[in-house]
Amino acid sequence: MAQKNYAGVMVDVNEEGYFTDPSQWTKEIAVEIAKEEGIATLTDQHFAIIEFLRNRYLSGDALSIRSINNSGVIDVKTFYQLFPGAPLKKATKIAGIPKPASCV
Amino acid sequence: MEQKYPIKKVNIICAKGAIEDVYATLVMGNGAVMEGIETNIFFTFFGLDAIVKKRMDKLHTGVTGNPALRLPGGMRMPTLLGVVPGMEAFTSRMMKGQMEKLDIPPVSEFLDLITAGGGKIYACKLAMDMFKFKKEDLSEHVSGILTVGEFYEHAGGEGSQIIFT
Repeated sequence: MAQKNYAGVMVDVNEEGYFTDPSQWTKEIAVEIAKEEGIATLTDQHFAIIEFLRNRYLSGDALSIRSINNSGVIDVKTFYQLFPGAPLKKATKIAGIPKPASCV
Repeated sequence: MEQKYPIKKVNIICAKGAIEDVYATLVMGNGAVMEGIETNIFFTFFGLDAIVKKRMDKLHTGVTGNPALRLPGGMRMPTLLGVVPGMEAFTSRMMKGQMEKLDIPPVSEFLDLITAGGGKIYACKLAMDMFKFKKEDLSEHVSGILTVGEFYEHAGGEGSQIIFT
């Protein structure tokens, strides 16, 4: 298992850089990962959806692009704008949770 | 260093209108959008049903001539059963129920998700003429009606792939 230093803290990550222990995550760490992913600043909207993703993951529910749309936090269009490129992969990485294994 | 050739763009053609044909297209298309790949989806012939407003959420799956179709419990469904009235509707309802459980959205909602992420949906001009559909019959998510030549123009570019589902 690999380790990575974010905001002065050593965290456990897998070979793709996803957290293996979501409890090691903090908001300061999220800001650092976001920069690596090309997102210069995390807004309140970013954090709102990150919190949704973390809660959903920690309660054992599957993550899908549809669940974002039905989250009541933001719609999918905004999600794509907030995390350009591959939004679900980027957002889960920043949220300190495993990469979703969902096809939808 | 090993040279990588990532897929940068996909162009998916859907020519059939059964649930499984349309969903194969939509899942692959949406999956590409989610990966940040530029995505064009081209609906032609019976595939047009997936973007015709009145039909898109009422697709069926064929129950005759499908040797892979099984009854709940796993027993192979005898082809003759397929002609029992209501069997096609029943099977289609089962399929949709299963998909809902896996968070696979209805067709209209799937198109919302794909286009929200920047994916483009097109209709085939020849098939539109053949089935006598008008632009107004199509979902608002359709970006245009293309000829084959125009489709190839849209499909061009480095790292671009054409997929026929």
